[in-house]
Parts: sequence; structure tokens; C-alpha cells
Amino acid sequence: MTQVLHQDRPLYTGADWDYALIKKAYDAIEAVAVGEMGLDPYPGQVEIISSEQMLDAYASMGMPVFYRHWSFGKHFARDEMYYRKGMTGLAYEIVINSNPCLCYIMEENTMTLQTLVMAHAAFGHSHFFKNNQLFRSWTDAESILDYLEFAKGYVARCEERYGQREVERVLDAAHALMTHGVHRYPRRQPLNLQEEMDRRRARVRHEEQTFNDLWRTLPQKGDGDGEAIAAGVRDRRQALGLPEENLLYFLEKRAPKLEHWQREILRIVRMVSQYFYPQKQTKVMNEGCATAVHYHIMTRLHETGRLTDGAFMEFLHHHTNVVFQPGFDDPRYSGINPYALGFHILQDLKRMALEPTEEDRRWFPDIAGSGDFLAVWKHAWAEYRDESFILQFLGPKVMRDLRLFALRDDAREPHLTVEAIHDDAGYREVRRALSAQYDLARHEPDIQVVDVDLAGDRRLILEHRTQDGRLLSEPDAHRVLAHLARLWGYPVRLYEVDARSEAVLNEYGDVEPRED
Amino acid sequence: MVHIIDRRLNPKDKSLANRQRFIGRARRQILDAVRDASSRRRVADIGQGGEEIRIPADGLQEPSFHKGGGRGVRDHVLPGNREYVSGDTIPRPEQGGGGGGRGASADGEGEDAFQFTVSRDEFLDLFFENLELPDLLRTRLSRTETQGLQRAGYSVSGSPSNLNLTRTMRNSLSRRLALRRPRREETRALDEEIDRLERSGRDPERLRELIRMREDLTRRTRAIPYIDPIDLRYNRFSPVPRPITQAVMFCLMDVSGSMTEDMKDLAKRFFMLLYLFLQRRYRHVDIVFIRHTHIAQEVDEDTFFYSRETGGTLVSPALEEMQRVVRERYDPGEWNIYAAQASDGDNTPADNPTVVEMMESAILPLCRYFAYIEVAEDRGWDMTTDLWQVYERLVKAGRPMAMRRVRRRADIFPVFRDLFTPVELKR
Repeated sequence: MTQVLHQDRPLYTGADWDYALIKKAYDAIEAVAVGEMGLDPYPGQVEIISSEQMLDAYASMGMPVFYRHWSFGKHFARDEMYYRKGMTGLAYEIVINSNPCLCYIMEENTMTLQTLVMAHAAFGHSHFFKNNQLFRSWTDAESILDYLEFAKGYVARCEERYGQREVERVLDAAHALMTHGVHRYPRRQPLNLQEEMDRRRARVRHEEQTFNDLWRTLPQKGDGDGEAIAAGVRDRRQALGLPEENLLYFLEKRAPKLEHWQREILRIVRMVSQYFYPQKQTKVMNEGCATAVHYHIMTRLHETGRLTDGAFMEFLHHHTNVVFQPGFDDPRYSGINPYALGFHILQDLKRMALEPTEEDRRWFPDIAGSGDFLAVWKHAWAEYRDESFILQFLGPKVMRDLRLFALRDDAREPHLTVEAIHDDAGYREVRRALSAQYDLARHEPDIQVVDVDLAGDRRLILEHRTQDGRLLSEPDAHRVLAHLARLWGYPVRLYEVDARSEAVLNEYGDVEPRED
Repeated sequence: MVHIIDRRLNPKDKSLANRQRFIGRARRQILDAVRDASSRRRVADIGQGGEEIRIPADGLQEPSFHKGGGRGVRDHVLPGNREYVSGDTIPRPEQGGGGGGRGASADGEGEDAFQFTVSRDEFLDLFFENLELPDLLRTRLSRTETQGLQRAGYSVSGSPSNLNLTRTMRNSLSRRLALRRPRREETRALDEEIDRLERSGRDPERLRELIRMREDLTRRTRAIPYIDPIDLRYNRFSPVPRPITQAVMFCLMDVSGSMTEDMKDLAKRFFMLLYLFLQRRYRHVDIVFIRHTHIAQEVDEDTFFYSRETGGTLVSPALEEMQRVVRERYDPGEWNIYAAQASDGDNTPADNPTVVEMMESAILPLCRYFAYIEVAEDRGWDMTTDLWQVYERLVKAGRPMAMRRVRRRADIFPVFRDLFTPVELKR
């Protein structure tokens, strides 16, 4: 805000783009984003692609390189059909959390869209990737593309050596466990490709040399004595690092029957899952950040005369579509739009900082009237994830604007109950409920490996601890357990346990490893 | 420093390998779906573009641990409240048990079928179970040609109907100009002047002079014709060989009681294949369906495959019917005529000599190729049917026809390939 750019020539007129214009627009955006707003993005790399290539990118989780698997072909087939039929449009861009930050933009975009998309992705998302705590501690923008290149090559070599079907079996099973293949607590060190390969070799050597406790067949002292058995269980669980919630990690390290290459594939899937884990937790913030940034930049460009009125109208048209939030009873409703929620919260913070009301002073005494909304934004972007961001920053005005209300669905009741609405009595409850909705720990079932029956048939025992009484969806749970048993090589059993009362609610009996 | 890179020229279809894996994996389901689709299709639709198919997700799920519905407590926050206040109760929506939103069903639990589009090539590939159809097309069936006429400049002789007026008149004009044929205005002006002088009676010297000039003009007009035979130009046509780009395919089928639905389905597949084959060679392909019991009639496709008839079995009426249709609609000079006959081989013995006679004298000379397939229940190769024996004699005599037995769907393609492989390649 301090520096006013005196340039009143529009960057471009008309809809067509060329490389010189894109470069010019990028530089103008950069001047606002870095010069005025003080954002700190990765260096940018803008790549122009066609719609077919966009569909290709969709199919492999948006990444430019990925290992091969039929499931990506399945997604591609579906996306392609929807697109060809006009049921869905394609995204205007794809951005990759890498250094340099890759932004794919589509060739059919107009110049205004290209400008919007660069502001959104190459500065908004990129700043978020580089500065958010979760991304900083969990992902490696430097090495992800190299790692994926390694993964692709490794999987391909395995296919050559062991057959496509064999590799597919392992990948299928690993994909089924992907959501339970992340560490939820910070890891030690980011790895790069070279270290990764060194460590792989070291790991193989180590495992060849060391003795796996699972294979111990000699009876241990103290068998039969109750106290000693309990102690034995404790020791065993400690030795195996149980309980363990990262199922892929556990299998990679402990599954007795896996070959080295199979372990390595589990590790690749686990790494990919871990890489995407922060993105799952920051949808609202990430999109909110990018949307607020593009809105600010485009507005500034227009104010300084570098966007024509026509271009700005076009931008507003796209922008309003992006932040549109249909009501729950609207046929277009498909959940809360993360762009809308994130953008509204951030704009509300800006309003509070610049033009606070009495209500804001009560709710956000630190922010109200502080004047420096960028500092508030940057702090939020750096330190929070969706759950805590909503809990901390969702203000009454946004709840009123979006007319949010909380609904309780208790399966024992014949109807749903409105718990709270956007009024004084309900703000805090709505905010708490919405925050919980973005808490992955509540969303995803808490499943842990709790024990291995070493003395008996090496049965693996898992527990699903449920807080809200909800149980696993059965058909899928059976399928996943079958995959798990195939990797483990011995029977697997799963108990569903109420976390408060320790009561066993459901049980999946021994699932035997079976080749399909 | 930003890099701007144009990736549009990078190879597309990066997902192709994944797509092939997917199709390989879903092969069984896709095959079933394709079969299903092909039985719904009409013969002529078989080669149409991509097919949208739905396959059961069986074996294609990507399962994960996730929470199901029906138990426990869920809180939802929804936007767009209008009339609710806290404490209101809302009847549970019918499906899913979600609280108005999508809730847990968003994670793919309900996915029991999967829909996508296979391309035409993939469809055909699957339909013929991976047998390479395109390779066939360069073989067999020499290109048919007919004499056509093509404009080829002008000639000085020809029939009056081909007279090219423009050319002729142009020649005539230039000749008249060159030879100074008197123009009409000239004679008329002279006539008028003579007339005037005669009336006035003055200047007889001049009048004489003019009359002499007038006679001269008349003489020249007579001597130089308005259109002379040497002016005449005719459009010239020269004959050129031209491929016949249309074909008609006769499907003959015995629909008497002994043909079961399965047999008809086999026959349908064979007809589809022949249609495809012809379609790749000819710009336009007509299909004529003729069914027969002891009488024969031309029918539409649905009647052909799906309506039942009872009666004895006579083949010759079908051949007669075909002959009639050819006579009425398909001039053998303009159409490539193919016939495919499917039957279980029954024929009334008394009819056999007629069939031979008709085939030799009428049908085979008309046809580019006559394919006979005998769809049969498994009853051993030694049992030859009446029709088989009859046709076998014709084949041995080197007629353009072929015959095979088909028992299962999987037989169709090999049989087809066998039928349409040129003899030189078979050796």
C-alpha cells in the first residue's frame, strides 16, 4: 500500500495472449505481490499446456511425473468422459508444490484469465506452500519431482523384473492403505534423492544382517505365568514399536514375508501420501490464500490503470464464480466451497483491521483496527491449518453472510436437529462444529496396529478407536483388510472399539491372506 | 526470474499407458459390457464411433478405510440457512442418511458401477477379442471397377445432345467476323436507304449502285452460313474405369423353428462383421435382410432377428427373393453384391437341385462373394447337412463362395478371417 505505481498504460487489451504479454503481466503481478504485499513465493515456472495435457495431469494427482497404475487410467477415463460431455469444466491451472513452483496454465485461457491464474497460483499458492508451517515441516518442495522421477523409474524396473501383475498387487494394496500411511507428527529431516537412495541401500543391508523378532521360535522363559505374559506383551509391543497408526510404515518395516522391492514400493506410496497430507489439511486456507491474493493483485492492477475496465469486469465474472457458495438446499450444492469460505474469512479479517465494528473489537481485540491486514494474513497463512484457522479466525460476520448453521445427525434419533445458527447464542457452536468438520483426525478413522500374536499364528491385530460411535463402512473395510492380509502374509483381525468405554463394538474376524 | 515454457508440443496421451492398464484390468467386465452393447446395437451401427459403457466396479474399486453411515453422531455445518432456529428438528432425508449434504457418501462408498467411453478402435478390438481386423483389409476382394464417362475436352463430332453451344457459337462468330459476313444492321440500313430513294424517285444512279451492293450482300450472306459445320464442337467424353463405391449386403437367414436364439445371435455377429468389413472398403453399404422358412420375404432388421416364424425349410425361395430385390433395386453394374447366408443346414431334399441350379445360373454370377455359415449345435463333424453337401459341390467347382461351420462366438472371427483370406496367403 505504501508504494503507488504510477503507470497508467494497460498491460494488454484484447483477449489474446502471447509470451511477451505473459511475461509482462507476470512482472507486473510480481511487483504488486512481492513489492507491495511482501509475499515470499518460490521462483515461478509457468508452463502452457493444452486441455488434453490438463486431463493427463488430472489423472496422476496433478503431478507431472508419476508411476504407472491402472487406477490413474480409471480416473482419466472418467474425467475425460465428464469433460467431453460437458459435465465438468477443467481447472484453469494446476500448481505444484515444488521449487521452482510449477504452474500449468491452459492455452485456451484469455489473457485476463492467464493474469488471474498467475496471480492465483504462482503467487498465492506458491507463497502458501513456501511459508505454511505444515508444508515446511512435511514436504520437500526441492526434491519432490526428483523423488517422483525415482519412484516412476523404480516401479517400472520392478515391473520389468517381477511382472506387471505382481507390482500391481502391491500397489493396489498400498493404495488401499494410503490414507493410513502418514505420520501425523513431525518427522525428523527432509530427505533428498541421493540420501533416499543411500538409505535404501543401507536399509536393505541392515535388514539382511539383522534378526527379525517375528521369526523367533524358541519358547521364552516365564510362559504360562499371567504376570509374565503381560510383561511379554508389553516388551513385544515395545520391540515392534506398537501401537503404530502408520500402517504402511509398519508393514514396510515389519511385515515378515515381503521382498525388499515390495517394501520399497510401500515406501513410495507412503511418501506420496505424506506429501499430499498437508494439502488435505489446508484446502480452505490454501484456496483462500490464493483467492485473496489474486483478488488483491487484480484490484491493484486495475487501480493503477494496468487492467482495462473490460478486463477487470471479465476478472470479476470469473472471481464471483469461483467464490460462489450455493445454499444447502440448492441443487448446485456440493459441500462448502473452500474458495468461498477461505476468501470470506480473509476479506473479513481485512475489514476488521481497516474498519472495525464494535462486534469485531469484542471478538478479535488484537486484529480489530490494527490497520495492517497483510500482517494478519501472513501470520494466519504461516501458522495455521484449516481446523485451527477456522477456530481462530471465523468471525460472526462471515457466519451471518454465509448463513451457516450446525446440524446434528444422531443415528439413534428419527430426525436431525439444528444445534446452532448464526446468532449470538450460536456463533461459537457453529464455529466449533465447522472447525471439527475440517479436522482430519475426526474424519478419518483412527486405526492402529496394536499387537502381533508372535507365539501363535503371527496374526496381526488392529484396532479402530471411534470417538463418535461411527463404524467403518463394511464392504470397503473387508476389501482393505484383504489387501492388508496379503501384505502381512498372515491373518489379520480388526476390532472396532469405543474410545471412551473400551467396549468392542464390532469385529472383523481373521482375514486370511489370499491370492486373488 | 520466471521461466515461461510452452509444453503444448510435449507428447499428449501421457495417461495412455495407465488407460491400457485399466482396460486390461477391467477386461472381463468391459467385454461383458461390450457384448451387451453389441446385442443392443443394430448391425449397421456396429462400426459407429465410441461407445459409452457402464461396467460394474467389481474388481475396480479402490477401497479405503472410511467411516460408514447408520451409526454414531455426526455434526454438519451447512450454508444458506433460511428459516431454521436452533432446536428445530428436520426429518431425515431419504437417501444416504446424510444431513442434507453429502456427508460420508462423498468418498466413493456408493460406487458400484463405473461409466466411461471406449473409443471406436478399442470397442472393435474388444468386440473381436483382440484380433487384428485392419490387417485383413488389404487382402482379398479385388477392387471392383466399372466403366464411367468423364468429360475430356471437345470433339468435332458427336451426337446433337452433346453439342457445346458456347464453343460452337464462338467459332461461328469468329469465322463470320473473319469472312466479313454482312451483319443484319448493315443490310437493314441498306434496305432502308433503297426504300427511301425508291419512294422519292431521286438519284437513280445512287439507287442502282445501292441495289447492286444489296445483291452483293445477299450473295455473301448466302455464301457464308451463320453456322457452318466446321464451327460445331461437341463435348467429348472418354470412358474411364471407376470403382464402384457402393455395396449391398444380403443377409439370408433360415428362421424356421430349428434355429435357436443362440444360433441367431451367432449369425448376427457374423453379419455385423461382414458389414464392418464392407464398410471399410465401400463408401456406402446397404443391407437387405431376407428371412425364409418355406416362403421368403424381405424384412427389417428387428423382424429379421427377433420375430419367430414357423414353417418348413426351403432355401430356393430366399434365393428367388434375393434375385427379385437385385433386379428391382441393385443393378449389378453399380453395386457390389455380397451375400451371407446363415442356416442350420436344413433344407427339404427335393429343393436341393433347384438350389444348385439357382446358385449356379443366377445368384453366384451376381455376387462378388457368397459366404455361407452353418451355425450348429455341437454334433460332430461327420454329420453333414443337406445344404452343406449341396454347397460343397459348388465350392469345389471354384465358385466365389465359402462356407464354414460356427459353433461358438469365439469361432466367428477365425471363421471370418478364414473366409476372407485370399488363397495365395493361405498357402
